[in-house]
Amino acid sequence: MGFFVEVLISGLMAGVLYSLVALGFVLIFKASGVFNFAQGAMVLFAALTFVRLLDILKDTFAPITLALIITIAMMIMLAIAIERLVLRPLVNQPGISLFMATLGVAYFLDGFGQTLWGSDIYTLDIGIPKGSIFIFESIFEGGVLVAKEDLVATVIAGVLVVTLAIFFQKTRIGRALRAVADDHQAAQSIGIPLNYIWVIVWSVAGLVALVAGVIWGSKLGVQFSLSLIALKALPVLILGGFESVLGAIIGGLIIGSGEKLAEIYLGPYVGGGIEYWFAYMLALGFLMFRPQGLFGEVHIDRV
Amino acid sequence: MFYREAGQFKTSYKADQAVFPIFQDKIFVAIWLFIGFVVVPMLASEYMFRAIFIPVIIMALAAIGLNLLVGYCGQVSLGSGAFMAVGAYAAYNFMIRVPELNPLICFLLGGLSATVVGVIFGIPSLRIKGFYLAVATLALQFFTDWTFSRIDWFTNYTPSGSIAVQPIEVLGLVFDSPIRKYFLCLVFLVIFTIIGKNIVRGRIGRAWMATRDMDVAAEIIGIRPVYAKLSAFAVSSFFIGVAGALWAYVHLGSWEPLAFDINLSFSILFMVIIGGLGSIVGGMLGAAFITLLPLFLNQLPVWLGINISTAMISHLEFMIFGALIIFFLAVEPLGLARIWQITKEKLRLWPFPH
Repeated sequence: MGFFVEVLISGLMAGVLYSLVALGFVLIFKASGVFNFAQGAMVLFAALTFVRLLDILKDTFAPITLALIITIAMMIMLAIAIERLVLRPLVNQPGISLFMATLGVAYFLDGFGQTLWGSDIYTLDIGIPKGSIFIFESIFEGGVLVAKEDLVATVIAGVLVVTLAIFFQKTRIGRALRAVADDHQAAQSIGIPLNYIWVIVWSVAGLVALVAGVIWGSKLGVQFSLSLIALKALPVLILGGFESVLGAIIGGLIIGSGEKLAEIYLGPYVGGGIEYWFAYMLALGFLMFRPQGLFGEVHIDRV
Repeated sequence: MFYREAGQFKTSYKADQAVFPIFQDKIFVAIWLFIGFVVVPMLASEYMFRAIFIPVIIMALAAIGLNLLVGYCGQVSLGSGAFMAVGAYAAYNFMIRVPELNPLICFLLGGLSATVVGVIFGIPSLRIKGFYLAVATLALQFFTDWTFSRIDWFTNYTPSGSIAVQPIEVLGLVFDSPIRKYFLCLVFLVIFTIIGKNIVRGRIGRAWMATRDMDVAAEIIGIRPVYAKLSAFAVSSFFIGVAGALWAYVHLGSWEPLAFDINLSFSILFMVIIGGLGSIVGGMLGAAFITLLPLFLNQLPVWLGINISTAMISHLEFMIFGALIIFFLAVEPLGLARIWQITKEKLRLWPFPH
């Protein structure tokens, strides 16, 4: 039983990290209807920029803060550039064209980040504690082993989600974002500037990417494979529903725990490595019953 | 002036239903076939066959196949690499397990296996739409990657998991030289293009297009979505499966499961989008563009005499490729096929536009 809980918890924590990436997707899809495949590349780009700046600025008085500020500024500039050069020329195009365009952005960012910052594996250390601790020792015999960094990551992710929720529900810009998400035209007609909103949304997605990149990066090292975690976030996305922040969180938890449990308990029977596709099959299974994901908006077709 | 339909009267139903109703189009197609079958083999070097013509032709076949599904039936699929893998591995298994079979039959059987897989994975499309479906097709992509690298039966228990094959032999003719391979691929492409073109202008193709434009409305006018969608998946994956078998046997010669990974799926989708959704010619143009662009970008620094490291070149290649994709989508969202169409419209008036 203790082992089961241990696997479950490590799965849930991996799930939180998937949710972080999925969150970026959801934000952009909600506000602009763009299926942003470049989220993974943004994670890589943000992490690379941060880790390299940290290296450059290490002799200054506050390297982490400075690097953070500059990286955030770069992500905002990136958002502005994407809005100008990609979204604006492609306005009113079918979703598939926009999706392909974000694939183009992903290619560009992968190349750009590595041209600018090099393509080695960088270790990122911002003081997240390493090692493992035992919890629940009173409940299970021997306790449950969890990695400290996972705990920290979970806390950071939790804080981020709460902040985003407050931002969306309570601030003026948040309300504008929700209005745009509901209906582009109606929002525009009451005077919400769409282009400005898109810049904000892409910037927020960039910040989420930065957080995800820093956490993943300090776990795995900052390297090219970071951009592939977008592929891990996709099943989370369809499971939770494209339009739902809550869906991204819950979907991440389901995928994360399901994946780990399947690998441990099912993997040995079929040869292992099923982590690779299990998440997709799980999401596909869910979709057969709820085609719009768990919390996605029900789409009504009118003829 | 030279390209116009004035004076060309259709006096029979047969003439009305012709694939190329305009005389000039027929000449044009004939010229292209002449170039493909006579001029290119006379002029091209061995390197050009191997690096340019053969991959472009096979990819054109795959892109036409995917275009049937995405462009005509409106079902976005990110799993074309998986269908190619199924085609390739199925052809391989038929060939080593039933050695007396003709290799060409094996290719078609590979295509048929892809069809079966395509229909099974097409079933979710009856319930799932749009991007949800696109992501769901990734399930197939990852599942096949895993299957062919983990289950040794498919690779005939080769220790490394990679497969190397001999040049195929049909009726005593060994396809080992690039020029023979080129002819083989070209014949495949021509035959499949004719089949594809005729499917999309017939009843099935119209059902697909109706489903693409609005599936609920299509259902109301009497098109069964089950048949329309599944037949699109079936035909498309057959094309892609055959292309996969050709890719493996004729182009690669030896391959491992990673040869058919998600990047291949994306590049085929790029070909379809850049070429033009819902256009057979578009598939070919897109395949040529996407296959040649990296070659071109790779050679560019050499031509310009700039000396930079290979890692840098590959990063820059990524950047330029991405930027060009965005540029193309912004300038002509309907793809190269649309540019071709505009050219034809212009040609009708040329050289006296007013």
